[in-house]
Amino acid sequence: MSLAEYKGVYVFAQQVDNTIDNIAFELIGKGKDLAKDLNTEVTAVLVGSDVKGLADELAAYGADKVIVVDDPECKEYRTEPYAHALASVINEFKPEIFLVGATAIGRDLGPRVSARVHTGLTADCTVLEIGNFPINPVPGKEQKPNQLLMTRPAFGGNTIATIACPDFRPQMATVRPGVMQKLPKVEGAKAEVIEFNPGFTPDNKYVEILEIVKAVKDTADIMDAKILVSGGRGVGSAENFKLLEDLAEVIGGTVSCSRAVVDAGWKSKDLQVGQTGKTVRPNVYFAIGISGAIQHLAGMEESDLIIAINKDETAPIFDVADFGIVGDLNKILPALTEKLKAEMAAK
Amino acid sequence: MKIVVCIKQVPDTKGGVKFNPDGTLDRAAMMTIMNPDDKAGLEAALRLKDQYGAEVTVITMGLPKAEDVLREAMAMGADKAILVTDRVLGGADTWATSQTLAGAIRNLEYDLIITGRQAIDGDTAQVGPQISEHLNIPVISYAQDIKVDGNSVIVERQYDDRYHVVKAQMPCLITALGELNVPRYMTPGGIFDACEAEITVWGRADLVDVEDSNLGLKGSPTQIAKASDKVRKGAGEVVNLDPTEAVDYIVGKLKDKHII
Repeated sequence: MSLAEYKGVYVFAQQVDNTIDNIAFELIGKGKDLAKDLNTEVTAVLVGSDVKGLADELAAYGADKVIVVDDPECKEYRTEPYAHALASVINEFKPEIFLVGATAIGRDLGPRVSARVHTGLTADCTVLEIGNFPINPVPGKEQKPNQLLMTRPAFGGNTIATIACPDFRPQMATVRPGVMQKLPKVEGAKAEVIEFNPGFTPDNKYVEILEIVKAVKDTADIMDAKILVSGGRGVGSAENFKLLEDLAEVIGGTVSCSRAVVDAGWKSKDLQVGQTGKTVRPNVYFAIGISGAIQHLAGMEESDLIIAINKDETAPIFDVADFGIVGDLNKILPALTEKLKAEMAAK
Repeated sequence: MKIVVCIKQVPDTKGGVKFNPDGTLDRAAMMTIMNPDDKAGLEAALRLKDQYGAEVTVITMGLPKAEDVLREAMAMGADKAILVTDRVLGGADTWATSQTLAGAIRNLEYDLIITGRQAIDGDTAQVGPQISEHLNIPVISYAQDIKVDGNSVIVERQYDDRYHVVKAQMPCLITALGELNVPRYMTPGGIFDACEAEITVWGRADLVDVEDSNLGLKGSPTQIAKASDKVRKGAGEVVNLDPTEAVDYIVGKLKDKHII
């Protein structure tokens, strides 16, 4: 089998509880860019139980084709049936590129699938493009065109590496949620739907789910917020987040936080920004009492406007902030909230 | 019960990061620590040992100086330590690394393999699940709680907005989250014993059922096209104002940018 026989950009259309995750649309959006450069199509791979009806939604966001693997064994995410589904799709359809979200599901599924089909997998990519490998000609080495060049932060965000997978197919990457842009939704768009069931035979690798415990979710998704009011250890206590909540309410924002806050038990994990939390890029990011560990910066530094308030003038957050205020958040925040309230009322 | 814990010596990324001319990491030039998620995995294994009785073997792949993290693990309470080191294993990506570790683990008896979710240098979270694939055993990633129930493990598997309580038959592989526990300190007696303890050293010849073509830089499907220090956007203005002035300053900027 020659590498040239592998064609098309495939994306894993992650769904949970039969709701498609945003990452699927983001991957389709990026996939369309790549497919244009390669003169090919984007195929979404939808795995689950009773999920066929979701194919139209993938089409609406740009999928040209949807492969549906519909089986009761795939009702809830478990590594083995899903890995079997994707590996079977890869072996049957021979994609050139396969993208998976770098989610708590994708970061488990991606490695297992890539190991099964023997190819490379680049984790947590933030930039994907088509280009030559090696990027510049190297004497004595073939320069291959039309390779997927996968760029990712590494070493705690200290460095950026661009990775290629020139000799194996598919070229696989997991992609950080919130980084790629989804396309505008086109209602009524249709994709070619292909039903494919590779057969599922439970064995010891099919683990048993005894219980599903959902976190009580009363908060908006911080990845969708236009304005984030984000607090760190410097906020001082869970109660003191009231200052941030008040500001968020006035300005139409959402509260998020750093890892230290989650570790202290002040806020839940789904509000965490950073390398082990979520990547966000709102229009405005208020960093309040956040020192700016490199792992935190990796999750928010693409924000359009960063305003930092911290009492420590040497805090690294000031290295990425557009506007930094050295001062006491306990004094500044209430006054800021009042002033903004007055401003809004005057409009 | 026999537990194998995979640990990695990683550069302390709080310090600087240095590269070889070929774009791979110059590990020899950096300060090192035991990878935090792996340390949580080791602690989880030691707690199972305390509770149910178990033999805990730590294994690492790395340069000869990776012996340091094995001794640290023994000082915490691990019973045996194995260093997999060989020039031909260098430059490995996650595929080649997982092949190497799986090849080493095939020499061992195990009920449970525990790895950290991810290492702080690569942040890939791939090697654990890939080892499980090569060994054809179940994997439960992102464990936030681990219990043993007869021949099975019951694990709380974390997702973004929920967790699953998952039961798997042993042998199986679990990847541990750093927040799983607070690792114990080394004991003085443990440190003393660990200095004296024998560490098993394996090379290429000791790996079972692994082809040369799956090892080291040559066996790595992924290749580095380029690597560079991250270019951050420059710092903006930093001002030191009293609260009233600070508020006016922020509101002024929000107006300038048409946010309000």
